[in-house]
Amino acid sequence: MELIVEIVVAFFLVVSGIFGFTGSYGLIKLGDPMSRLHAPTKATTLGVGGLLIAAIVSTYVFHDHLSLHELLITLFLFLAAPVTAHFIAKAHIHRHEKAEDLPDPGPDPEWAVLHHDPDDVHRRTPTGNESAR
Amino acid sequence: MTFARRLFPHPILTVLLTLVWLLLVNSFSLNSLLFGLILGILIPFVTSPYWPTRTHFRNPLMIVEYLLVVLWDIVVANVVVAKLVLFRRNRDLHPNWVTVPLELRTPAAITMLAGTITMTPGTLTADLSSKGHSLLVHCLDAPDPDAVRDEIKQRYERRLLEIFE
Repeated sequence: MELIVEIVVAFFLVVSGIFGFTGSYGLIKLGDPMSRLHAPTKATTLGVGGLLIAAIVSTYVFHDHLSLHELLITLFLFLAAPVTAHFIAKAHIHRHEKAEDLPDPGPDPEWAVLHHDPDDVHRRTPTGNESAR
Repeated sequence: MTFARRLFPHPILTVLLTLVWLLLVNSFSLNSLLFGLILGILIPFVTSPYWPTRTHFRNPLMIVEYLLVVLWDIVVANVVVAKLVLFRRNRDLHPNWVTVPLELRTPAAITMLAGTITMTPGTLTADLSSKGHSLLVHCLDAPDPDAVRDEIKQRYERRLLEIFE
């Protein structure tokens, strides 16, 4: 029985190692900044996921203690990773992409990052900044 | 606005925060349940000005199905993208932008969809259009952008529409 559990734990550790490695390798290997952003999503999903499953199984079987902290790590990663990726992508578009290079934004006039509306009260204009100070 | 509504602006968030607190403590006792409940009531109450609309789940059971579909897709897409990264030369990859027009209108649902797209490897949400009617998605390898758009709409958006709207 212990042997089977050990094999299962080892399997998940190997899986997480492989995907963690592919994620880091992709970060170096891929050609442009937007493509590079794809690589870490693998490391955070299956890479960390496999590690956490292995941790839950091994603490439960070998230490007789069901630890659910690992589920929280997954939850926080799934909350934080998309937001981070979204912000990096937005910064990239803001600095390096032009509206002509992006596809048509459907029914709306512009993509949000490239949107400049002088009447928009939520966006601080340079003059607005002056008066706020 | 009724008194109960003002005291509990987001009942689901209250339950969720209590659960998260119990998981953080990592053991169950009346003490931690009580403290979790206090946090679960206090945090939504204090932050309610930032969340003016209450999120409704029309079909909560669908969430389970949605989570299973997303988990399965993450595993499959991981393998696909790992193959692309390891065995495909860069010049044979076709990175592409895709516009996904949205039928969803609830902010929470759009956030869920954007997060799902990012977490499934191979696709990444980069931006929302200025009035919130479409998402800008970057694909690592998409020779056919329309197929990607249709798959996102079919697999994820259809289910989110059933859950939220």
